[in-house]
Amino acid sequence: MEKLKVKGLNHHFGFTEILRDINFTVNKGEILSIVGPSGGGKTTLLHLCANLLDVEDGSIKNTFKSTAFAFQEGRLLPWKNVIDNIALGLLASGFKKREAIQKSKKIALRFGLEEEDFDKFPKDLSGGMKQRVSFARALVLEPSLLFLDEPFSALDIGLKKELQTVLIEMIKNKEISILFITHDLMEAIRLSDEILLLKADPGHIVKKFTYTLPQSQRDDKFTYSESAKILLDAEIIDTFELELK
Amino acid sequence: MKFIIKILKDFPAYLWSGWGAIATILLFIAFWDVGNQVYGDLVLPSPIDTFKTLILMLEDKNVWIEINTTLYRASVGFGLSLLFGSILGLVAGFFITASMMSRPIVTILVGMPPIAWIVLAMIWFGMGDETVIFTVIIASFPIVFVGALQGTRTLDGDLKEMADSFKLPWHMKFIDIYFPHIFSYIFPAWVSGLGMAWKIVIMAELLATSNGMGASLAVARSQLDTPTALALVVIMIGSLMFIEYIILEPIKREVELWRN
Repeated sequence: MEKLKVKGLNHHFGFTEILRDINFTVNKGEILSIVGPSGGGKTTLLHLCANLLDVEDGSIKNTFKSTAFAFQEGRLLPWKNVIDNIALGLLASGFKKREAIQKSKKIALRFGLEEEDFDKFPKDLSGGMKQRVSFARALVLEPSLLFLDEPFSALDIGLKKELQTVLIEMIKNKEISILFITHDLMEAIRLSDEILLLKADPGHIVKKFTYTLPQSQRDDKFTYSESAKILLDAEIIDTFELELK
Repeated sequence: MKFIIKILKDFPAYLWSGWGAIATILLFIAFWDVGNQVYGDLVLPSPIDTFKTLILMLEDKNVWIEINTTLYRASVGFGLSLLFGSILGLVAGFFITASMMSRPIVTILVGMPPIAWIVLAMIWFGMGDETVIFTVIIASFPIVFVGALQGTRTLDGDLKEMADSFKLPWHMKFIDIYFPHIFSYIFPAWVSGLGMAWKIVIMAELLATSNGMGASLAVARSQLDTPTALALVVIMIGSLMFIEYIILEPIKREVELWRN
């Protein structure tokens, strides 16, 4: 079975300890989110898992057939239009140009982009549209494991919900697994099977929360009540420094 | 290929947008004529006289030989600085130490007046092609070098990371990530380097050689032949404008379409 297994992971930048003794597993079809305050080493952890940084100490075993990464700020190539940006990953994995373009157009329409946007350069796109393109670029690869780095943080509520719905649909239909990091607890509760709480200085996991209700059945009421519950948790209050000083 | 076709397709529209520029040039010529009426033919020949001299000159084979000599010197000099400036600039950009070390050298090269280089080159190489070509290289090299250096220094680390996350093979990384960015810096540097080369070649010729357009200019000066001097200036400016506005600018527009 495909899985991502992180064991005894430590990481330093120079003399600064960033991560200490991280252990978790993402199984096939599972959504695992890592929440924690900004600057807590979340991004470092995700980059290590995605093999964008070299592991120094501990081990990360990734047996997923294919992976894709959607970044927080989109990271589109400014000199390529929407379709060519989406097709980038396909071309890199060896698809023929024509097929790649065709697939990209199809997924672009599915993500609510208009045909007249296809030839636009990123400079002419709104923040939300850029994020859709970034999402499409990652998902068009049909990855079995998707890495998400606070992908919804720059979006308005409507667009956030829309993209989340797309993800939830994919979770329901296809066997996609997601590892994503966020500082938004509601977002994590809406999407995750398991939430890991990462406390800063150095980043270490202090608590796990598990949700068994299928994502497609989680409504706003569920999200709100679970959020309210989790916000009373002593570890959460401590990690996010919620108590009034 | 697609790219070249696109440039050619947009070319008529681009030319059409040039009416404003033509109007400005005509206005300039009108002021020139006013100057002629105020100061007389010796100081400032009228535009019509100048253009008549120009046509006569262009019918003369010897003038073309001079023009070719100048073109040869400028293109060899500029070609060499383009080649070495681009390559060394790229290499220097990839290594922090190299870019730090090259900074003072560039400052010296940029800060030293070209006329001083001409004097030195005359001592080193005597009066001839080498002196002119050397001066052209030394004047346009730093411009190209700095352009290439900055292009490489400012490569976006985030985009590199993105490329890694999609496992782009090296040739795609080069063509899709590095090249467009570096080119957007290096191309304008080429254009200004070319302008510099064209100015310097005339100056060096005027001082250090007995042929070429610069030398013709020196002859015209000694004979107080103002119409010929002005006609030569028109040739220089005309050719620079042709290269810049007819050849380079359309390319630049297509290449930088994605910029804000």
